[in-house]
Amino acid sequence: MDRLVDLLPQLWAATAETLYVASLSLVFGGLAGLFVGLALYATRPGSLFPNRFLFGTINVVVNFFRPIPFVILLVSVQPLARALGLPGIGVPFAIFAITLASLFAISRIVEQNLLTVRPGVIEAARATGASRTRILFRLLPREALGPLILGYTFIVVALVDMTAVAGAVAAGGLGEFAIVYGFKQFNPAVTWAAVLVIIVIVQVVQFTGNALARRVLRR
Amino acid sequence: MTLIRLTGVTKTFPPPAKDAAPVVAVDDISLDVAAGEVCGIIGYSGAGKSTVLRLVNALETATAGTVEIDGRDITHLRERELRELRGDIGMIFQQFNLFDSRTVAKNVAYPLEVARRPRAEIAARVDELLRFVGLADKARSYPEQLSGGQKQRVGIARALATSPRILLADEATSALDPDTTQEVLALLKRINEELGVTILVITHEMDVIRTLADRVVVMENGRIIESGEVFDVLSAPQHAATKRFVASIIEDVPVGDQLRTLHDRHPGRIVTFTIREGDVTQADVFAALSTHGARFELVHGGINDIGGRVFGHLTLALSGDAEAVQSAIDAASSFAPLIEEDTRG
Repeated sequence: MDRLVDLLPQLWAATAETLYVASLSLVFGGLAGLFVGLALYATRPGSLFPNRFLFGTINVVVNFFRPIPFVILLVSVQPLARALGLPGIGVPFAIFAITLASLFAISRIVEQNLLTVRPGVIEAARATGASRTRILFRLLPREALGPLILGYTFIVVALVDMTAVAGAVAAGGLGEFAIVYGFKQFNPAVTWAAVLVIIVIVQVVQFTGNALARRVLRR
Repeated sequence: MTLIRLTGVTKTFPPPAKDAAPVVAVDDISLDVAAGEVCGIIGYSGAGKSTVLRLVNALETATAGTVEIDGRDITHLRERELRELRGDIGMIFQQFNLFDSRTVAKNVAYPLEVARRPRAEIAARVDELLRFVGLADKARSYPEQLSGGQKQRVGIARALATSPRILLADEATSALDPDTTQEVLALLKRINEELGVTILVITHEMDVIRTLADRVVVMENGRIIESGEVFDVLSAPQHAATKRFVASIIEDVPVGDQLRTLHDRHPGRIVTFTIREGDVTQADVFAALSTHGARFELVHGGINDIGGRVFGHLTLALSGDAEAVQSAIDAASSFAPLIEEDTRG
């Protein structure tokens, strides 16, 4: 326990790293995923801009990357990061890999939530003379906002999970803290301290997401 | 003046599966709707009614033929021109299709935002529309807080926002209870009479046709099989499918179990006469039966009033001497159309 008190500065630093990596990945992956999700939704047959080829292509790419376990994806995209001029280890690389991994998951969540908007609502908007891009970018995200918030909340939890793995590429964070100071030094109290912080982060995120969604959905 | 004109319009959808035939939803239809008219389209589901409605505001484009709005062929308009056109055509739906994320006022404002009207103008227009449909106090409510009838009135206000000359109603009252249906129909009637809006309404409800329509078009399998004044089509349907459809919405002629029960209760013959103002009156039928000495009882029937003219059916159970009954039936059926079905065999 005394050991844990000694390690508190490291614990807080690791927490900050986790939050930093998770939030930047959320911003990049969230935005990219939103666009890919909108593209998936818009190009599917019978939708606003049906395009068999585009839909098929995006669909296959998303399906290709999504089932890859994150720890494997993390190490396999290292050459890609280097090719793009990014470092192959450390925080920027972790953000790159997590962004990539979350992008595909988020695009599916966005697609699925947009599909919950009844086609009749889109037809009603079109009947008023609204353009298809206006409906796609302005009306639909707003109509599906409640489920979208819940979907993004779900993803944030997954992001925190992925950041824990980022320790494997020297990106720090609570995962690395738990392994290095807890597991490897036979100190379960330290491991559990990291777990506790992660639980608190997840709870706060989930609570905020639920509250926001409840407000948007008015129930 | 013709406002909506469909000429030889066909709409084919791609086949639902490989090797299947393409689906012909609308098959060579021609239809004129005059400005200020209320035209009803009736028919079983799958007859192509909804597609006809969507051809008028170009949510569907014709595979062949032309659709003209106010003399302008819209079948080859560009997307931008179509969007402008839709501002002049309002549409309401069975499921209302309101925007759940927007308040009542914001729902009504939507077409005006799309048309890029100034904010002050939008506010004033929304106010005016909500008062017109009797929902001024609900401006800040959300759709889920409204009843079905209120939702449809919001739908109507939204459809009227840009002051269109045409209103398309797609089964607009089919999801409402009878009282609310009457309310909404009265509102639509006002829109036609006070604002001079031309209404094209598709329905399978008798009430809608009776209270609202001037003219009715009957569709089956993508074709128009009959059309004319509401009274004429409903009181004397010509086509077999129209007869079946009219019987199913009016329900004043006993069929099936109902008829079997009548036969069980009344041992004599059971016949139904058609009554139609101008041609056949009840008094004539009763007089003809009485003079031939047949005893009869009224066992089923209904009288419908359409624009002050009545028609309907009288189902009578006749008893007594078989010959007298036959000659009575012959006498009455010489002027009143007769329906007799024997279900006992």
